[in-house]
Amino acid sequence: MTTELPMPGLRDVPTTEEPQTRKDFGSDQEVRWCPGCGDYAVLAAVQGFLPDLGLKKENIVFVSGIGCAARFPYYLDTFGLHSIHGRAPAIATGLAVTRPDLSVWVVTGDGDALSIGGNHLIHALRRNLNITILLFNNRIYGLTKGQYSPTSEAGKVTKSTPMGSVDTPFNPISLALGAEATFVARTIDSNRKHLTGVLRAAAAHRGAALVEIYQNCPIFNDGAFEAFKDRDTADAALIPLTHGQPVTFGADGEYAVVRDHASGAFFAVETAEVDEARIHVHDAHGHDSSAAFSLSRLTDAGHLHRAPIGIFRQIERPTYDDQARTQISAAREKSGDGDLDALLNSGDTWNVA
Amino acid sequence: MTKQVRQLDRVIIRFAGDSGDGMQLTGDRFTQETATLGNDLSTLPNFPAEIRAPAGTLPGVSSFQVHFADHDILTPGDAPNVLVAMNPAALKANLGDLPKGSTIIVDTHDFTNRNLTRAGYNGSNPLEDDTLDAYDVHQVDLTTLTVESVKEFGLSRKDASRAKNMFALGLLSWLYGRPTEPTISFLERKFASAPDIRDANITAFNTGWNFGETTETFAVSYEVKPAPMPAGTYRNITGNVALAYGLIAASVQSRLPLFLGSYPITPASDVLHELSKHKRFGVVTFQAEDEIAGVGAALGASFGGGLGVTTTSGPGIALKSETVGLAVMLELPLLICDIQRGGPSTGLPTKTEQADLLQAMFGRNSEAPLPVIAPRSPADCFDTAVEAARIAITYRTPVMLLSDGYLANGSEPWLIPDIAELPAIEADFATEPNHETADGEREFWPYLRDPETLARPWAVPGTPGLEHRIGGLEKADGHGNISYDPTNHDLMVRTRQAKVDRVADIIGPTDVDDPSGDARILVVGWGSTYGPIGAAVRQVRAAGTPVAQAHLRHLNPFPADLGDVLRRYERVLVPEMNLGQLAMLLRAKYLVDVVGYNRVRGLPFQSSELADAIADLVSSLDQPDHDPWQQELRR
Repeated sequence: MTTELPMPGLRDVPTTEEPQTRKDFGSDQEVRWCPGCGDYAVLAAVQGFLPDLGLKKENIVFVSGIGCAARFPYYLDTFGLHSIHGRAPAIATGLAVTRPDLSVWVVTGDGDALSIGGNHLIHALRRNLNITILLFNNRIYGLTKGQYSPTSEAGKVTKSTPMGSVDTPFNPISLALGAEATFVARTIDSNRKHLTGVLRAAAAHRGAALVEIYQNCPIFNDGAFEAFKDRDTADAALIPLTHGQPVTFGADGEYAVVRDHASGAFFAVETAEVDEARIHVHDAHGHDSSAAFSLSRLTDAGHLHRAPIGIFRQIERPTYDDQARTQISAAREKSGDGDLDALLNSGDTWNVA
Repeated sequence: MTKQVRQLDRVIIRFAGDSGDGMQLTGDRFTQETATLGNDLSTLPNFPAEIRAPAGTLPGVSSFQVHFADHDILTPGDAPNVLVAMNPAALKANLGDLPKGSTIIVDTHDFTNRNLTRAGYNGSNPLEDDTLDAYDVHQVDLTTLTVESVKEFGLSRKDASRAKNMFALGLLSWLYGRPTEPTISFLERKFASAPDIRDANITAFNTGWNFGETTETFAVSYEVKPAPMPAGTYRNITGNVALAYGLIAASVQSRLPLFLGSYPITPASDVLHELSKHKRFGVVTFQAEDEIAGVGAALGASFGGGLGVTTTSGPGIALKSETVGLAVMLELPLLICDIQRGGPSTGLPTKTEQADLLQAMFGRNSEAPLPVIAPRSPADCFDTAVEAARIAITYRTPVMLLSDGYLANGSEPWLIPDIAELPAIEADFATEPNHETADGEREFWPYLRDPETLARPWAVPGTPGLEHRIGGLEKADGHGNISYDPTNHDLMVRTRQAKVDRVADIIGPTDVDDPSGDARILVVGWGSTYGPIGAAVRQVRAAGTPVAQAHLRHLNPFPADLGDVLRRYERVLVPEMNLGQLAMLLRAKYLVDVVGYNRVRGLPFQSSELADAIADLVSSLDQPDHDPWQQELRR
């Protein structure tokens, strides 16, 4: 399969000729998410999509932190590491640097990645480790039973904020772009096709790929993404981004995204009202991330009625792990493999007879 | 003029100056010359946490003490015989440590009113009043002599005067008959790209030597003959470099790639610096975004089949504890090297202490036991690192290694080991399923244990058929799936403890040094106090009193016979640079009424104070009402 699609991100991961099916990737563990949880849809998409990669399953590792989403690795018959809160990107860093032959995935949530693990996330992104990060964003704390999260809208009333939260939320896409990420995308649990397409592109990317997945929590934040799921509103709510294409959305491209040249900000207008040349053509591959950042600002900060989805940015930059390994091979090429005896006897020595 | 040469058996020199005066370099070079000559030696660098405190002030004083001898020595020495003071502040800060009659070589250049005031000599000049009457003082305007000697190189006055440390080094090298070639070739290498600076430094160094040789200032020079030492090749080594080499050796011996995840922190950063030079050994050094990421990445490397290591000091250990607890749960090899410093909190970053023992033992949530091991001298950091890796890999466990600031920066001659004698370390990765189900299917159970070591299999990603999931949640015994079963949890807690306890099987009995067999008192120590305790024990024995010494490398588990050893003596003295942490562990575990001797000054013990403490305890033996704890509290 890998020959059909260029997959630089998986370049060094061994493939198999054996046909794989979704069943091969299911573990023997009973899935224990709440009924109706968006995590089921993501799990099904991942299990359904992994066989397409044709990788040896023992060379795939899922690393997670803490939270509902962090149970993900238990349900996949690959190698898995369910670690501690927020630290999965750090653990994945050591793994990815040590083992170029692995496909390393991080599964995290909005609390795990953006609160307790915010530091590790931004540094993994800027270093551009060859890992794929799936950020399940349900805009709430689920496992601790319903406190507001760093992506909850301001004013959110929860158990810990009875008078409403006074925190300004993060926009994970804006944050990732600010952190110099080379691959930044957003998708949604309810759109299997879009989800799979983004996952495939993320896996193909060589470098840190951040995929924000809007994921509904039916228990503590039900309906957070309703605008994107309701057939009547979805078309006008989701702004699909496709590289090289004008950014339009709504039924029959009813709306278009144009730039205000004074502020540089993007805004939506009725397509019929503007000159076609003014419609922004999405460039995910440009090295300047300003346009991608401005597009990310089209996301509602409060309750979600509108948000762009798709790949905001996808550029090539050397990865940390490749460069770390290159330095080692360069040192070995220049001066040969390390010789322990010579090392211990280096410097000023003297002999005692 | 032929000058008199006097034989000495040992000398302690302290170089002291402003933190910008290059005293550490001067000390290092003198040490290297001394090592090449074949003396036994021990060094103690002592510098402020500030990189450049205001010039000429007491907080800005940096010093380097070197003790060298024609016999085997154990410490950098209690008090200097010679002080080289580069300015008034250096004199004032160090004079209190100098016994009457010691030699002072002082650069007079900075003894101006302004600098004297800055150093706290208000309205008086110690070179002119009676402050130094009890000492053998040599006043030399080192700065002016240096500037004059390097005139031809056309340096600015500031650059020219910076070579004064080399003048001082040259003078001291003459005074103690040190070889000059190593320093000249060192300067040639160091300043190869700046010929005028190179030539100025070499000239200043030679001029300093000639100044000693030709002027009347010094009537006598000294000779300290080489010490008889076991045959072999030696080099001088600091604890941090020895630790880095030990980690590389462990990687070579285990054939596991070394991965260091670390965040810069004093006094551990030099291990990161050293390891980052050795990429040819496949060493990856990852300078992480924080302490937590450092250990997290190391653990990730271990999960992938590498030798994961993190290096830090006490504050970093506090941050890493949750990940170390995860490593306890995952039962993966991991080395955590704590180069201890004064605390709590930021404490004394550049000073030494050994107060992280209880943090190493218990600083994690719940029952999270791990082996703890401590080197006893700078060179011993090498063996201890290899030993720590051997335990971690054999038992699939995180291991805490407790070095400290004194070992890290101190140095001593090291008999370079024969690499053929290093222990083999077998990673012994799992390669196939290890369990058969009732219906005859082969499965892999990640928590099925080796019956002898209780270690679980290390199955690295990429091994077909061994796909499995592990994590921080409690595991069911054997198959390792999540389990909340009460009985299983009790079993797993006890099993993790039992596994660490079994490390005692491979560490051997307590090494007790009791040559006469008549000692009534045993002195027990751990870590960097080995030198001062050993020197104190020698002093007490030389005075005719037998005393036994045992120094613990393994703090968890203790050697299996330790309780019996402790009970064999009437009294056990435990000197520590903390308020009694090992003493607490010994009392708790063995119900032995050990006596502490505790000082937490940021400096190593002096052997004389320990000799006094031993003598006090000896003299109390036959006094029935004596309560050593009360005596300790009164101190």
